[in-house]
Amino acid sequence: MAGTLTRKDFVSNQEVRWCPGCGDYAILAQVQKVLPEFGVAREKVVFISGIGCSSRFPYYMNTYGFHTIHGRAPAIATGLKVTRPDLEVWVVTGDGDGLSIGGNHLVHALRRNIGLKILLFNNRIYGLTKGQYSPTSEVGKVTKSTPMGSVDFPFNPIAVALGAHASFVCRAVDVEQKHLGEMLRRAHEHRGGAFIEIFQNCNIFNDGAFHELTDKPLKADYQLILEHGKPLIFGRNRDKGVRLNGHKPEIVTLANGASEKDLLVHDETDPALGFILANFAPPMPTPIGVFYVDSRPPFEAEMNRQLERAKEQRGVGDLRKLLYGGDTWTVS
Amino acid sequence: MALPGGSAGQEEGARPRAPEAPQQPQRKPVIQRSQVVVRFAGDSGDGMQLAGMQLTAESALAGNDLATLPDFPAEIRAPAGTLAGVSGFQLNFSSNEVFTPGDEPNVLVAMNPAALKANIDDLSTGAIVIVDKEAFTESNLKRAGYESNPLTDHSLDRFQVFEVEVGRLTTLALRELGLGNREVQRCRNMFVLGLVSWLYHRPLEPTLSWLNRRFEKSAELREANLRAVRAGYNFGEATEIFASSYQVPPARIEPGVYRNITGNSAVALGLVAAAVSAGRPLFLGSYPITPASDILHDLAAYKNFGVYTFQAEDEIAGVNAAIGAAFGGAIGVTTTSGPGMDLKAEAVGLAVKVELPLVIVDVQRAGPSTGMPTKPEQADLLMALYGRHGEAPLPVLAAATPADCFECAYEAVRLAVKYMTPVIVLSDSNLANGAEPWRLPELERLAPIKVEFRTDPEGYQPYLRDEQTLGRPWVIPGTPGLEHRIGGLSSEHLTGNVSYSPTNNELMVRIRARKIAGIARELAPTTVFGDPEGGDLVILAWGSTFGAVREAVKQARAAGRKVSHVHLRYLNPLPADLGAVLRRFAKVMVAELNLGQLLKLVRAEYLIDAFGCNKVQGRPFKVSELVARIERALK
Repeated sequence: MAGTLTRKDFVSNQEVRWCPGCGDYAILAQVQKVLPEFGVAREKVVFISGIGCSSRFPYYMNTYGFHTIHGRAPAIATGLKVTRPDLEVWVVTGDGDGLSIGGNHLVHALRRNIGLKILLFNNRIYGLTKGQYSPTSEVGKVTKSTPMGSVDFPFNPIAVALGAHASFVCRAVDVEQKHLGEMLRRAHEHRGGAFIEIFQNCNIFNDGAFHELTDKPLKADYQLILEHGKPLIFGRNRDKGVRLNGHKPEIVTLANGASEKDLLVHDETDPALGFILANFAPPMPTPIGVFYVDSRPPFEAEMNRQLERAKEQRGVGDLRKLLYGGDTWTVS
Repeated sequence: MALPGGSAGQEEGARPRAPEAPQQPQRKPVIQRSQVVVRFAGDSGDGMQLAGMQLTAESALAGNDLATLPDFPAEIRAPAGTLAGVSGFQLNFSSNEVFTPGDEPNVLVAMNPAALKANIDDLSTGAIVIVDKEAFTESNLKRAGYESNPLTDHSLDRFQVFEVEVGRLTTLALRELGLGNREVQRCRNMFVLGLVSWLYHRPLEPTLSWLNRRFEKSAELREANLRAVRAGYNFGEATEIFASSYQVPPARIEPGVYRNITGNSAVALGLVAAAVSAGRPLFLGSYPITPASDILHDLAAYKNFGVYTFQAEDEIAGVNAAIGAAFGGAIGVTTTSGPGMDLKAEAVGLAVKVELPLVIVDVQRAGPSTGMPTKPEQADLLMALYGRHGEAPLPVLAAATPADCFECAYEAVRLAVKYMTPVIVLSDSNLANGAEPWRLPELERLAPIKVEFRTDPEGYQPYLRDEQTLGRPWVIPGTPGLEHRIGGLSSEHLTGNVSYSPTNNELMVRIRARKIAGIARELAPTTVFGDPEGGDLVILAWGSTFGAVREAVKQARAAGRKVSHVHLRYLNPLPADLGAVLRRFAKVMVAELNLGQLLKLVRAEYLIDAFGCNKVQGRPFKVSELVARIERALK
């Protein structure tokens, strides 16, 4: 059955109710497009979300789905994935849901390497509650709850994930459809927990938050597409590169005497490099793509192995022996 | 010697404190007792819990009925010799039926001045006090806050005080083994256990075989502990201090196979038994918290039963992971105590709304806030019933004894999967750590737990309910053709689609309420201990107060009072006949370790002018307190 699935098979009969123009539409479309290509049976796919605009996502997927409570989706998904490793479990969360109220669960799911595919829609704003600043909003952000500008220093989701030692960390942009599809595919193929930050435009409360990365004339100068084993080159004329000066990255112009061999070459397996890339700030370009991957075994595999080992060593549990087997005495 | 406690037996005048030099073994008179309450007390590192547990095992083998209560500080190792660091273990063994660990110890073993000071007020006149004389040094006395030495200032004159040089005698017994002083001193608990075992004719076999097992890998420590127990036992026989010993004949006990069980262990076993019966894996999501952690520890050892134990990052993740596991078809459970219940409330409400089975075990402790984490209280009742936003009813069960924790845990799983609902089980720190002999259930007689996942797509709707139970079908991911979405948003009757329809919302709220209320149909009629047809007074109680209330009612009835006892296991829904039963009595008293929570419920539910008997001291009711309260109520 799996081989014959199409996009339509993953579209539910529920009317999609995000604001017109919301970046969520693009992400939904891409997920529905690429899922059939993965060859996973539809009934084996589960979408679990918390609370927020992004968390309506499961209602629109014709798979199993669970719209839970604010911030707790990674915890609920953990219980499911641990007991049902046969399922492909996707978590949909946002910058408020995943990094504010649910920050604890997110970092622990990542450090444990639960085999979840976590999509964090980052629009740097609270949309569903109508426009308060979020833990990824920039310092100085003026919102309804910060009329004089936010004094909060923001989280960098990629750095948080790397700090939690996530085994797969990448970033995509809602409207960069092909690249987003590629990132979803990489996440699907990764055996452990995958973290995907998706820059997502909230056209109502934070329009244009990522416009340098999405506006045609600008994006080539601001986007740095990460590719394993390739030098870091960007710019509309692909004439700018990144090299390391000590641990500090700097931009060089290829025409001005620097050559490709001077440039930093991306290595997805290098966590130190991942951190350096995660912390790129203007004037450095914004990296998108896979920052870091490792292949340590997922939590659920290890836990189920322990259960199997216990059965091998002690035999499948016998209730009578368990109750009657200890220090008992008989009264007759 | 005069032993308090009203038990019959020969009496003998108090003896003066005698020199402790060992004498030649000699036969001594044996006095019969029907009941003895022993309390061991020392620093939390003195091994008092182990000594108490072994005396319990010996008493079980001796055929006595018994109940125990450990009492330990929240601090794992409070400063040695201070009141805060005193750890105690109380055992009540009897030739009659035992309902409580006993009000007042007949025997106190105090390993240092702090242990004496912390416990002496609980003893009645004439009680035996065995102290480690060597520990009564000036600095220890000062640390315990004694201004003068109680062993010499006559403040203990109303007790039978036996001063024993426990340290020196233990050292003498072990001197050939060449152990360091630290190891030797750690055997002091076994010396006093041996001594008390001699005093009450306890068989040493369970302790000797336990020591052999425990120190299997260290011949030296095994020999040291074995020698210490025997030395204590022989010292009792040899010394002149103790002029006589005591015998407590076996109790008449229902035939069967027994084991000792604590409430926490019984919860764990009940959950495993239920999961086995249901044929589903058990998933525990839990965060360590006193006094519930032992359930997590026990279940972690049952992996070969397909038990998953997930030590979550917090209480919230624990319950949510259990909900996720239930969504996938496992028996989802979370275990905690009061503070954790506060944190889990939102997730429990989600489980109510999406109608997934879930068991929440709340081992209550004294609150509010951090309160007294190791002490019992029953003040989480109204939270269990109502502590969620919105209309979110669910079944609530309370265990009455340590062994009853097995039944309640099992029953909670049965109800959860049958009615597709979260169920709360209330235990408390008394039950959790208290132990009693448990007559093992015949497995064939446990109610079967049936789990059938729907797989037929024909006519399937997520909220199409069973006509009888009103439970919705349990469909798990992986089932082809039944893909569906559930969630916390108000959902449409039958389809489960998100709905903001006002009338639909009320319909769904009412259906869920009816589903839970309907469970009352399968509850057994209320049993009345005492006068089922009615009388002057009925005591209504729930949870761990069972033993004290039952014993008090027995004593009052023996004195001719028309008092009865009704004990509730189901706090929601309440048994359908409860109101009618209570109305048969002239007076209704609700006894509970809170300020009147069940009382409030009974008054609201039945418009009965009930009154309360309440205590919030982090201690169980004493039988004597309840007897006095009964007398007052009948005036």
